[in-house]
Amino acid sequence: MSNDFVLVLVVITALAFDFTNGFHDTGNAMATSIATRALPPKVAVGLSGVLNLVGAFLSLSVAATIASGLVNTKLITLTVVFAGLAGGILWNLTTWFLGIPSSSSHALIGGVIGSTLAAAGSHGVKWHGLVQKVIIPAVLSPIIALCIAAIGTYLVYRITRDVNEKTRTHGFRIGQIGSASMVSLAHGTDDAQKTMGIITLALISNHTLASGAKAPFWVILSCALAISLGTYIGGWRVIRTLGKGLVEIDAPQGMAAESSSAAVILLSSHFGYSLSTTHVATGSILGSGVGKKGAEVRWSVAGRMATAWVITLPAAGAVGALAYYAAHGIGGSAGVLIMFLVVAAGGAAFYWQSRKTAVTSKNVNDEWSGTVAPPAKTPVGV
Amino acid sequence: MNSWINLSALWRIVVVGLLAGAGLPALFAVGLRALAAGSDSAAVGTDEDRVIGGSRAGMAFAGFCFAVVLAAIGYGIYLIVKAS
Repeated sequence: MSNDFVLVLVVITALAFDFTNGFHDTGNAMATSIATRALPPKVAVGLSGVLNLVGAFLSLSVAATIASGLVNTKLITLTVVFAGLAGGILWNLTTWFLGIPSSSSHALIGGVIGSTLAAAGSHGVKWHGLVQKVIIPAVLSPIIALCIAAIGTYLVYRITRDVNEKTRTHGFRIGQIGSASMVSLAHGTDDAQKTMGIITLALISNHTLASGAKAPFWVILSCALAISLGTYIGGWRVIRTLGKGLVEIDAPQGMAAESSSAAVILLSSHFGYSLSTTHVATGSILGSGVGKKGAEVRWSVAGRMATAWVITLPAAGAVGALAYYAAHGIGGSAGVLIMFLVVAAGGAAFYWQSRKTAVTSKNVNDEWSGTVAPPAKTPVGV
Repeated sequence: MNSWINLSALWRIVVVGLLAGAGLPALFAVGLRALAAGSDSAAVGTDEDRVIGGSRAGMAFAGFCFAVVLAAIGYGIYLIVKAS
């Protein structure tokens, strides 16, 4: 009985993570469309939410990778899964609060690896899989996306250089809506699966499912709903950084950037790489600035993001490990319940803090003035 | 292929990524230009606001470009659905 109680807590936590994943990553697909006013902000997040929902049902090929490829599933207990999710959620909320588009996938992977290390030690983690499937793609994918977006942007401007400005902007806004929709779809197929994988892992470790079983339908449905709801709520702080902070974006650049993102994400998930949509989208947006003559690229903002990317795995890992020690130290179902309440309180605190310097659909496109939110007091960790 | 990087996947991601990620927007741009083009023989456009101002041939070519873009996207989605 107590196992089932913990299982329910784990599933709720996983869906909460999926929700943060949705609103943290809305910007990947829609930031450029919002910045170029191709779509009104509310419509953009609504469209993205629906497409995330559809995307979540499209494919299930990445779901397995995240669990079985990175940690030794035999050593995983419900408490480990829970602590990993706690690490992922808290790190996602921290970076969201700071307006940094860090990777939700890395937050989740970092959290799970941290809690596994705490529970089982170093042999519980498949280091080779981690480097091969997570770290190397994380380094390569933004570079590839940047190059493709830069080439695309250059071509697009070159080809339409005789077309008058109004026609061009109008045409590319339409194209942009299409390409941004593809990114939303890709995000749904890619990121929703990661949570499905985690919940399935929890079900297997609780022996509710047999080892090697596929995700049951209710898992797919609830993950799809959670991520699309999160997307619809919209992480306006991150959208603002991506759309306004990195590069001043025009419609042709937006379309080139989103096309590059969609292509790289879909191709990579086709090959089973669970890479980060965020890294790819950021690389593409930078590339669209590089490819356009005279565009201002704020490399300092990009540098700040890159730092956050490097920190994400270890920081989420540290939180995951701490959450495990705490839950395990208290022991049993009570330990998980107490940590569950701690995470919920943390989430509420972040929400409350964010209201003080709210970024909403109304002010998301205001002129970039250097910072999303006022300088935060706690930059790293929690 | 080595044990750290799947090189065959990597070069395919780069090549197909370039074709789809940069090629399709470029084709879209070609179509957009064809849409607007015809009007440049008719000299200065008074209808500058309008996207469609072109000749029939231009519009047909533009339609072809957009159709190829849409078909490529459709094929991409089909591949994803099929793979699962």
